[in-house]
Amino acid sequence: MFDITLATWQILVIKVLVILTVVPLGALVGGYAEHKVMAHLQHRLGPMYPGGWHGWATTLADGIKFLLKEDIIPAAADRKVFSFAPAAIMVPIIMTYLVIPIDRNLVIEDLDVGLFYLLAIGSLSTIGLLMAGWSSANKYALIGALRSAAQLIAYELPIVLAAAVVAMLAGSLSLIDIVEAQNFPFAVWPPGIGLVAFLLFTIGAVAEMTRVPFDMPVAESEIITGPFTEYSGMRYIFSHMFAEMGHMVAFGGIAATLFLGGYKPIVPLRILEFIPGVFWFAGKTMFMIFLFLWIRPTFPRVREDQLQKFAWKFLIPVGLVLILATGAWVLYV
Amino acid sequence: MAMTTEGPKPASRGAGAEGRLQTEEMILNVGPQHPATHGVFRLLATIDGEILINAEPVIGYMHRGYEKLVEQRDYRQITNLVSRMDWLSGINNELPLAMAVEQLMEIEVPPRAQYLRVILCEMNRILNHLMFFASFGAELGAITPTFYAFREREDIQRVMEATTGGRMHFGFFRPGGLKEDVPRGFVDEALKGVRQVIERLPDYENLLVGNEIFKQRTIDVGVLDREAAYSYGVTGPIARGSGIDMDIRKDEPYLVYDKFDFDVCSAPNGDCFDRFWVLVGEVGESARIVEQAIEDLPPGPIMGKVPRVVQAPAGEVYVRTENPLGELGMYLVSDGDRRPYRLKIRTPSYSNVSALSHVLANTYVSDMIAILGSFFFVLGDIDR
Repeated sequence: MFDITLATWQILVIKVLVILTVVPLGALVGGYAEHKVMAHLQHRLGPMYPGGWHGWATTLADGIKFLLKEDIIPAAADRKVFSFAPAAIMVPIIMTYLVIPIDRNLVIEDLDVGLFYLLAIGSLSTIGLLMAGWSSANKYALIGALRSAAQLIAYELPIVLAAAVVAMLAGSLSLIDIVEAQNFPFAVWPPGIGLVAFLLFTIGAVAEMTRVPFDMPVAESEIITGPFTEYSGMRYIFSHMFAEMGHMVAFGGIAATLFLGGYKPIVPLRILEFIPGVFWFAGKTMFMIFLFLWIRPTFPRVREDQLQKFAWKFLIPVGLVLILATGAWVLYV
Repeated sequence: MAMTTEGPKPASRGAGAEGRLQTEEMILNVGPQHPATHGVFRLLATIDGEILINAEPVIGYMHRGYEKLVEQRDYRQITNLVSRMDWLSGINNELPLAMAVEQLMEIEVPPRAQYLRVILCEMNRILNHLMFFASFGAELGAITPTFYAFREREDIQRVMEATTGGRMHFGFFRPGGLKEDVPRGFVDEALKGVRQVIERLPDYENLLVGNEIFKQRTIDVGVLDREAAYSYGVTGPIARGSGIDMDIRKDEPYLVYDKFDFDVCSAPNGDCFDRFWVLVGEVGESARIVEQAIEDLPPGPIMGKVPRVVQAPAGEVYVRTENPLGELGMYLVSDGDRRPYRLKIRTPSYSNVSALSHVLANTYVSDMIAILGSFFFVLGDIDR
């Protein structure tokens, strides 16, 4: 085999380049998928013209359009915070990509505390949302920011509890170990526990991404995309469009890793092992993304207080019971 | 799911309730440019966090002075003018004015014209109701019903377009009858469109009305009780949603409405869900009326005996009809000229919206959107 030795900085540069390619690419493809999946669920064709074949270049054209637009900062806004907020939203989302294992040996950083890192970094972008909402000097933005902060606190917990179940079963926080510990029926195993944890995680993820039915913080027909009301041009796509898509791809990958066996084949057959793990991982991620996209045109929006009640009075107790059940399973089975 | 729909508790209000975070009231200006207001409608909302303490509707951003404009035009022109008041139900606006002129001039409208008027009005009602079905869903975050409703709308819209030449402002009713007879194939196309609506109504029920989240958002939200509905002069689907069983088509039948078999949809609770339920129910009833009217459609002329110079004798008349959104009244005064002396229009949206601040007090900010959506108003109809 090749014996390539690279200096630490060279490896670092390569890793950064990979991340900076994968994230925008994922966002572009995710955006296109969102256009198309929603359109076909609603008796429409969706974009058909940009790029020629089925409007494949729609999101690209959208992105370029937004980049060329004027970047407006309201006179009353806190300029520094307002300008910095999109970065504060975007960077933590990009950083989640660091630890997701794409194949057995294809992971940018295999941290021992990968899962912990993922959950910790994932909640950072709310600070950016609060910054955006507060600095915009707009009441709608402020309401949206407060709603998103409240939502994060409420829905981070079910995600953590569901992830804790996975960590308990695998006995490790490293994502590679977690994937290795999963076997054939994946999310369905152990009976009951796995499936409930998966559902809990999916609901939490949808809420974390502030997508319908949990999109109160950005409710377009109500508070006009909440924290992003005053944003325009490049800052708007980075903080809203791009972040949402990046978030969705990241959560798709995380769910695939934690519950669907990541890079492993879906059925344990020898024949299937010649397919590289990357494809399995990508397929499972796409399945998760489709699930997220499917939910959006299906449901109306849940009201703010109902949303909080649903998290605190239903999801979190279920999560706690689940932890107990997992403990019993690990100890006695 | 452990979700209940309790009213908001304004516990944190007031000067320093003990042990609680002290909050302040904030004025939130909703509109005139806001997606939930369907146009230039403004709401001055006083909010405390997520609680909406009170809201004051501000109207008048779209006043176009139709009542005055009508005085400058002769009787053949004014039906086209009022068509623009409520742009979702243009042909229903033309009807009472045409009827008022006919009553003043004592013109007999031939039966074929009367039947066609019923058919066109009811198809227009379906268009209007489906539009509100679509927008209500969209406001609550459900985007798919919009496209379902627009698919059905398009079939009926095409029939209307082929008949009248317009998609919103039809300008088809004249004092004395109709502009012209319906085109060939009208009967088949109209029946097809209407039957499709009847066939697909259960889909709507599955998609939105029966959805658990939708019920949570609308049941017991924005309750307009019967007495309040009476005192504010609320009419149409909103009044019927509050248990007021009134429908001018049934109570004082005009045109040939007494010849058809249809029910008046009403619901007792007066919440957003009931208003919406009535709206969806009326789509089916309108479709039934169109079916029956097409079956009995008599042949004959479509224009009564109208003198060459349309000149109403001095006098006054008040005509009221059931617009898709409620009672539309036209009080027409003539001094014997070719032009009306005065036209006073009583539009349904104007009276209905006056009940808004009563319903909006002490709700959640998110309820405001559901309530605005369930009040089915058209801005042009409020300000005219």
